[in-house]
Formats: sequence, C-alpha cells, structure tokens
Amino acid sequence: MAKTIMTVDDSSSVRQMVTLTLKGEGYNVVEGVDGKDALNKLKANPVDMVITDLNMPNMDGITLIKELRALPAFKFTPIVMLTTESQANKKSEGKDAGATGWIVKPFKPAQLLQVIKKVLG
Amino acid sequence: MAVEIDTSAFTEEAYELLAELEDSLLELEESPKDQDLIGRVFRAMHTIKGSGAMFGFDAVAEFTHNVETVFDLARNGTIPITKGLIDLTLAARDQIRAMLDAAAGGEEPDQNNASRIIAGLKGLLPGAAPAQAADAAQTTKDSAPASEEGSVHTYRIRFRPKPEIFENGTNPLLLLDEIRQLGETKVVTFLEHLPEIEEINPEKCYTSWEIFLTTDQGENAIQDIFIFVDDQCELNIRMLDRDGEEESVAPDEVPPEKPLGEILVERGDIKRDDLNKVLQPLGERLVDAGLVNKAKVQAALVEQEVGKQKREAKKQQVVAQSVRVPSDKLDQLVDLVGELVTVQARLTQTSAKLNDHDLQLISEEVERLTGELRDNTMSIRMLAIGTTFDKFKRLVRDLSSELGKQIELTTAGAETELDKTVIDQLNDPLVHIIRNSIDHGVESPDGRVEAGKSPVGRIHLSAEHSGANVLIKVTDDGKGLDTEKLISKAIEKGVIPPDSELSEKEAFQLIFAAGFSTAEKVTNVSGRGVGMDVVRRSIEGLRGSIDVQSELGKGTTITLKLPLTLAIIEGLLVKISNEYFVLPLAAVEECVELTRADVTATHGRHVINVRGTIVPYIRIRDHFEITGQPPEVEQIVISEVEEKRVGFVVDDVIGQHQTVIKGLGKTFKNSEEFSGATILGDGTVALILDLQKMVRFVEDLELAESGTTTP
Repeated sequence: MAKTIMTVDDSSSVRQMVTLTLKGEGYNVVEGVDGKDALNKLKANPVDMVITDLNMPNMDGITLIKELRALPAFKFTPIVMLTTESQANKKSEGKDAGATGWIVKPFKPAQLLQVIKKVLG
Repeated sequence: MAVEIDTSAFTEEAYELLAELEDSLLELEESPKDQDLIGRVFRAMHTIKGSGAMFGFDAVAEFTHNVETVFDLARNGTIPITKGLIDLTLAARDQIRAMLDAAAGGEEPDQNNASRIIAGLKGLLPGAAPAQAADAAQTTKDSAPASEEGSVHTYRIRFRPKPEIFENGTNPLLLLDEIRQLGETKVVTFLEHLPEIEEINPEKCYTSWEIFLTTDQGENAIQDIFIFVDDQCELNIRMLDRDGEEESVAPDEVPPEKPLGEILVERGDIKRDDLNKVLQPLGERLVDAGLVNKAKVQAALVEQEVGKQKREAKKQQVVAQSVRVPSDKLDQLVDLVGELVTVQARLTQTSAKLNDHDLQLISEEVERLTGELRDNTMSIRMLAIGTTFDKFKRLVRDLSSELGKQIELTTAGAETELDKTVIDQLNDPLVHIIRNSIDHGVESPDGRVEAGKSPVGRIHLSAEHSGANVLIKVTDDGKGLDTEKLISKAIEKGVIPPDSELSEKEAFQLIFAAGFSTAEKVTNVSGRGVGMDVVRRSIEGLRGSIDVQSELGKGTTITLKLPLTLAIIEGLLVKISNEYFVLPLAAVEECVELTRADVTATHGRHVINVRGTIVPYIRIRDHFEITGQPPEVEQIVISEVEEKRVGFVVDDVIGQHQTVIKGLGKTFKNSEEFSGATILGDGTVALILDLQKMVRFVEDLELAESGTTTP
C-alpha cells in the first residue's frame, strides 16, 4: 500500500518538482496551492505525510500546521516545512506549531527523500 | 537519483510572478502601509528565489535573495517602504527578467547594473547585513576533530525523548533505524518510566534507549540523525574508545576489560562510595541494594560486552565464519526446544490459573526467551535452496541434449531459505517436474521456430517467501497444456467417465491422476510409471500443495507451496470425547455442522451436502473406536486431500493451534494415520492426523469390504 504525501506550495514549479520526485519513489501525491486549499482537501482525505511551504497566500504554512495538529486525524502525522536559510526563527516557530522537521530550500531530490525516510520510514 | 525536470515550468511561472510584482510595487507606491501588498511582493521574490535555485537558475536566485532580504525587513516594519526602495525593486525586477531572457537565449544582462542595484539595496539595510543562519542539516559542524571520520569508533548514544515527542509527528523508532544504518549496533531499552498499564497514555513516549554504535562515520553523522528532535529529547553521545591510539598495541598486550563497577561509576549511574560498599557478584548486589535498576546494569553489561568484542576481534583478526555441526545434533536441539516450548505453554497456563503475579512475570519472561530460542533454532536449520538449484543445471543440460532440444535453465531466489529437511525431500519431486517440462513442455527447436518462438526454450526455476510458506515455481515457455487432449486421454485411460464436462482447472488436475501420461510415446525420460501423482503425494506429505497454470502455446507454470519448516505445524485442534487431535491447517477448508437430521437424511451413508456439493466424510470417533456418546450437533472439518474434498467428523473444534511436532517413536512406526504428536499446554497429548493416509486407509477398507471399485 503506497503512502500518500501532500505537497503544499503556492509555487507550481516547486510542487511539480516535489511531485515528480515523490512519484518516482512510488508515493502517491496530492497537491495544495496554499494553506487553505490544503486544509480543505486534507479534512476530506487524510494523508500519511504533509510537506508545506511557509509563505503562502490565504493561509501560511505555520497556521496550516497548527490547524492540522488540532485535527484528530493529523495529531501524529509527520509534517515537514520548507524553509530558507534566512528563516532560522521560522524553524522554531514551525516546531512550536507542531512541525516534525524542515527542509531548507533550495534542496535536491535526494535531500527531500532522505528527510521523508527519516520521518515517514 | 536524477530527476529531469523541464525548466520551462519555472520560467513560465517566473514571468507571471514578475508581472504581478510590477503591479504590486506600483500599488505599494500608492499605499506604502498596506501589509497585504508588502506580503505579495515578498512572496513573489521568495518564490522566484526558491524555485530558481531548484531549477538551476542560481544567478537569479542569488540576485533575488538580496531583494527578498530587504523586503523581509520591510515586512516586519524594520525599514519603511520608501520611493527609493520601490525604484530599486522595480529595477531589480527588470534585471531578473533580463536574466531569464538571457537564459532563454536573449542578450546577456548588464552585470554592473546588477551590482548597482544590490549595492543600493544594501544601503537601505540598518547597520550590518543580517547574519546568514547556517543550517546544520546541510553544513556539517566542525565541532568534532576531522580524524574521527574514517576510523572506526564505538559510541554510546543516550537518547531519551520527551513524553510529548509524538505530538510533532516524530517516530523515534525511525531514528533508531537510521542509527542502525551507520554501523554495528546494540540497543538497550529503558522502561523505568513506564507506568502501570491502567495509567499508560498511549499518546506519550515513556521509553528511552542507549545505543552502542560502532561506526566509521564520526560523531556528526550521529548528531545529524537527531537534528529535528534536539529540543525534544535528552541526547548524550560519547565515544567509548580511542581506537586510533590502540592500533599500535600488540595483541598480547590487550588491556584488561574495564570492571563493571568502573563503568557504572563513569556513566554516573552510581557513586564510587556505593560501589566500594558492595563488591563481588556485582550486578545482582547492586540491583538488590536498590542502588541502580536492572536496565542500567544491563546497559553497563552491554557496554562491557561491546568493549570485549572489539578487543577480541583485534586479538583474532581471522574470525571463523561458520561452524559445521552434524545435523543430528541440530535435530536434537530442535527436539529439546520443542519440549521447552511445550513446558513453557504449561507454565503459562499454570501461572494464569494460580493468578500469582510474580509467577506470571517469570512465565512471560520465559515465554519471550523460549520464542526467541525457537526462532533462532529454526533459523539454524534453514538452508538456502540455491544448492539444490545448481544440481538441476546439469540435469537440464544432459536431458535436453538427449532429447535433441535446446533449453536454457534460469533461476531466481536461490538465497531463499528453507528447513533442511524440506530441502532434502524436495529434490525428487523437483527432478520429476523439471523432467516433465523438458519432455512434454518445451518443443523441439524446429517446432519452436514453426510456432514463431526462439529455437532455445527456457525453463525458469524460482523460489520466494510468502508468509510462512515458500513458493517454488517451475515455468517453461513450451507448448502448454491442451485441455482437450488431456480430457480425451483421460477418458481413453478410464480415469474419468466418457462425456465428462471439466473446467480448465479440473482438466489441468488430470496430470496428477495415477497412471496418466500425456507423452505421445514412452521415452526413457518420462512415462516410467512414476507420474505426477507421486510428485503430488510427496509434496502433500510435506504438508504442501501443488498448483498448475498453463496457456496453450505459451507455456506452463507448476507452483509448489511448502511450509518453511516441518518442525512446527499450524494445526486445527479438535476434540472427540476426551481425546484431542490436530488436523494440519493447510488442508482445512471450512467447518460445518452435522446434525442428527443430516445423518438421517442421507440414510446413514457418510456423505453431506455442502452448498450443493456432496462431500464424503469419515467419522473419526468410529474410526478410532472412541467410546462415549457423540453430541447432538457434531462438527465436520472439510479438508482438501489429494484434490478431493473430504470431511472429518469431530465433537468439537477448539481452534487454531501452532504446535511443535514430536515424533511418535519406534513403538508406533506402523500407525498409519498419525504423522506425529504434540503436547498441549496442560500436558495432554494430542495426536496429529495424517489426513492423506487416513483417507487412503478408509478407501482401502471400503474396497476390501465391498469388493468393487469405487469411482
């Protein structure tokens, strides 16, 4: 049973890259274009893991993480945030909101997969 | 891995974002306090930078980063939005566009222009530029000496997650798995914080671990594993040895291993005074005295052990890889373990009955150990099937040349492990199946070319695990089984009555009928009177099953499904009066009730109608002349024996039961119907029925009585 991962990013190119990388490894992928869109989709269909950007219109990543952690279905789901080097403070903010870990942009497909292995097995 | 991604996705998106950026900037000039607009500008920059770097537009990313940094400050109100800032940002936007055009084959943008913009933006920054936060995940810290990497060291990792660690979606076990990938590990689990079962909150983590890791990866690699959880756990990593310095020590000057007490003191688990108070049989005395708990002593012992192993490994550089043991010694070991499993089951039952807490704890411990001992012992007897496979290469070669055929044998899954006794008994059936494939399956080179195939036929022999079973397949790409031919042949031989209607599956089963051979002429390869019926019998004797799949013109696959071991049987425990019997679960299909009314309806003939099919049954009670009255409603265990459905009538079905098989010894060697015995938890002996032999026994009896042949 292949695991399903949601990638949330307002940049379609980042979403595309994450999707291609994950599908190549046999995961199912669903996409969200911002926090709000992701939350609506996830409420209907929970997934095994979420990868979310932080800066997004309509609902940013930190809020999305908080909202998800409040749902019983996502209490223990791995959630990884995408940060940039200049956002060191965001890391702790995200951790406090309930993020499992982070990936620093820009990243390579191999780095992404390594983190997924770490939190999803 | 390389993911080839079309960069056009990025450039398209970037052009869109740049257009948006222009609009936002112009609006921002009108209302410089609008946080929403500032956010939009920042996000556009941020996305261009992030995606740009990912799609290899490093120059774009680097340039945009400067603009983004400034706007980040504007966003949190550190610097105001001024006309100067907007001018510079618009210029930057044009510069980015020029860079993208250049990448698409346009003119190279003016580098001086870029430098000017960046200098202008930097001028807007208050004081020094913000420090670049280094990221531990991607830059290795240089806290550890460089010499560490490359040489092998043993580390002690103390990892105690906070109880709330699950709430961030962290699974500590995955981290342990990651450590395992770095080298040789020994893990000691600490459960001292585990509350009583009523008080356990399954959403909290009570466990902590000590991992002894021997690796050449250095401390950084270990630190990196815990990067996401460094604020959610106590982590202490210590190097236990300084191998580098010890390399020069001659083997006979190996330093003595550290005393246990010393280790405990060093680890800070006990005070030296306490250690001096208690000396000699240290571990237990320490625990008894309540100075340390058992797990801590355990961990210290492991530490001692790891140190010892390392030193010993140095002592004898050449380590024996394997030990040869006569197989009868192994059989004895398995026997003993079997007895132990039985005794342990009795212990479990007795302690449950006595309801003595201490005894239950001991019995659980014994249960765990026995289970591990059993699995270990079984695994000792496991051999890779590859050696058997190799024998067949020769067989295929000789036979195919004798028959003027060209056949190549390929194998897969040679590393699949099976119990030695199963492997030993598998040889003959496999020889026979492969012979059949060569003789009946694969066509002559001319015939193959006519059928549009390559003149060289293929036989593929494979083994794979499937749960508690092993599947062994023999596949050929020959002519396949012709159902019509099979049926006409069977009618001709009197195997089935004329005008029989058979499904494809039933027709394939005909090859297992006694005295059935589809060879047009008897060659000296097959048709020696030893048919597939014998093969099936021996496979079922191993508690396995055999299955045929075939496609006309494409080839045939014969699949053998075998248990991993013969020492343990998954059985169905049944009861008749006060006697217990075990039926091999592999053969059991279902259990149905047999009422007095059913018996009357069939006028005392031993058959029952199961959903429209008539199934004959054997009354075990009558067969073994067990005294006592059967209950009103009896149970029939419907089983498949040699492709026929046969019922076995019992008083009661107790349930599924995994048992260790004990041989019956010489006294009972003539008892046909039993394949062995097992001892139940309360000490009762239950006989294991050999269903095949029982059915044959009853058939022979009926034949003798009636003097007629039964269909």
